Amino acid sequence: MSEPLFDPSLKKRKKKQVQFTVDPLGADADPTAPAPDTIDSTTADGTTVDMGSSTAHEQMKLNGDTEAPKPAAAAEEEDEMKAMFGDLKKKKKKKVPMDLGEDSGSSTPVAAGASTPDVGAAAGEAVEDTDFSDLKKKKKSKKKANFDLEAFEKELQSSAGGADAADGDDDVQPTPAVDLDDDADLGDDPFAQPSAGEVLASVSSGNEAWLTSDRDYTYPELLGRFYESLHIANPSLLSASGGKRYTIAPPSIHREGTKKSIFANVSDICKKMHRQPEHVIAFLFSELGTNGSVDGAGQLVIKGRFQQKQIENVLRRYIVEYVTCKTCKSPDTLLTKENRIFFMACESCGSRRSVNAIKSGFVAQVGKRSRNKTG
Amino acid sequence: MSVQNLNSFDPFADEGDPLEDSQNVGSQANYIHIRIQQRNGRKTLTTLQGLPKQYDAKKLLKAFKKEFACNGTLVDDEEMGRVIQLQGDQRSKISTFLIEHQVDKSTIKVHGF
Repeated sequence: MSEPLFDPSLKKRKKKQVQFTVDPLGADADPTAPAPDTIDSTTADGTTVDMGSSTAHEQMKLNGDTEAPKPAAAAEEEDEMKAMFGDLKKKKKKKVPMDLGEDSGSSTPVAAGASTPDVGAAAGEAVEDTDFSDLKKKKKSKKKANFDLEAFEKELQSSAGGADAADGDDDVQPTPAVDLDDDADLGDDPFAQPSAGEVLASVSSGNEAWLTSDRDYTYPELLGRFYESLHIANPSLLSASGGKRYTIAPPSIHREGTKKSIFANVSDICKKMHRQPEHVIAFLFSELGTNGSVDGAGQLVIKGRFQQKQIENVLRRYIVEYVTCKTCKSPDTLLTKENRIFFMACESCGSRRSVNAIKSGFVAQVGKRSRNKTG
Repeated sequence: MSVQNLNSFDPFADEGDPLEDSQNVGSQANYIHIRIQQRNGRKTLTTLQGLPKQYDAKKLLKAFKKEFACNGTLVDDEEMGRVIQLQGDQRSKISTFLIEHQVDKSTIKVHGF
């Protein structure tokens, strides 16, 4: 599959990115993390957050060098923001229909889709409605955050809850179906993230809430303040984060007969991930509990019926395990084998760690026993 | 409101022990693996491998069968030890069941699609 020219793949990108920022809030809250990285993680989960940081930046531009703009300017900014939201909404409208075309193969289940506005839009519900509700929610909470403490605490709680939810790794969650797990994560994150983004945005909009009241400042507020002054000092940090993201073309799966599936673009995907096809294929087989072969055209023939979404999930897990650097989350890693142990070396941060060998585990006897020579 | 800055906060709490899995590279002994396997048609099998010794596999199987309303059996494998095998896709149910009964979530690995 050829790479889409630009924006249409944005939704995909989002999906792909979530897996790398397994704990976005944690990374966000970690003051030792390098700044560009953190910004990446805030942008990772959706345009809403993207928008938040960009507005903050825009505001900084608007305000020039004033570190603490007056509250009187807030109304003005609000208007600006409205204009910006409007702009963004238009953009979204443009994006979503294309997404539908692309995503239709792996349409997300409604249970997960309904919980998140973004995914819901992808699932083909009323696109504009979700957009509006999203905007409304955001604006409301922002206004509240400026005034009362309760709402702010609620936000804090929700962000804490989000952190908890994000804490649990993507592997096991007490959700009704395992297939939904990744989606559930996707669902959680956009919720966790915007609240953090809002906190940041509301603080960085200049009217620090603790200035007017005699309550204590909270950690997110101070964090937001820190990033604000950081970005004022070095505007280059913001622009640097907008660059490349890790995208992979979705696997193209079709059926051969009734019992076999063909994974056509394995080699493309392996090339994109810089991994040996044998390694990827071994992982696929061990995860799916099946076997198969590579045919003459370089396509992978897998025994059993598999849908694109299922393969995508497994690939996602592969990327988390064997492609992204655990330290810096960068996908520029090399996998080398030394003394029967695989080592993954990161190109961007230089870290090196061993990764688990692929083991297929127990495979139950399926089908006729007479076919099995040992049995 | 309590003073947040005085709370002790471990920034690496969610990172876990970095040397945790490097101690036994490649060994899968510590995990409970839940796998799925396709049979003919829409039918599937779920296998649970690597159950710690302190659990009685037979009783657990009985509980599984009752809880999930499915059949299942215990398979003794030469390499993998005792494996619980259930009919149908019970992966999420097994993992929630185990977590509810105080099995550490981080030791459970759900495989498959």
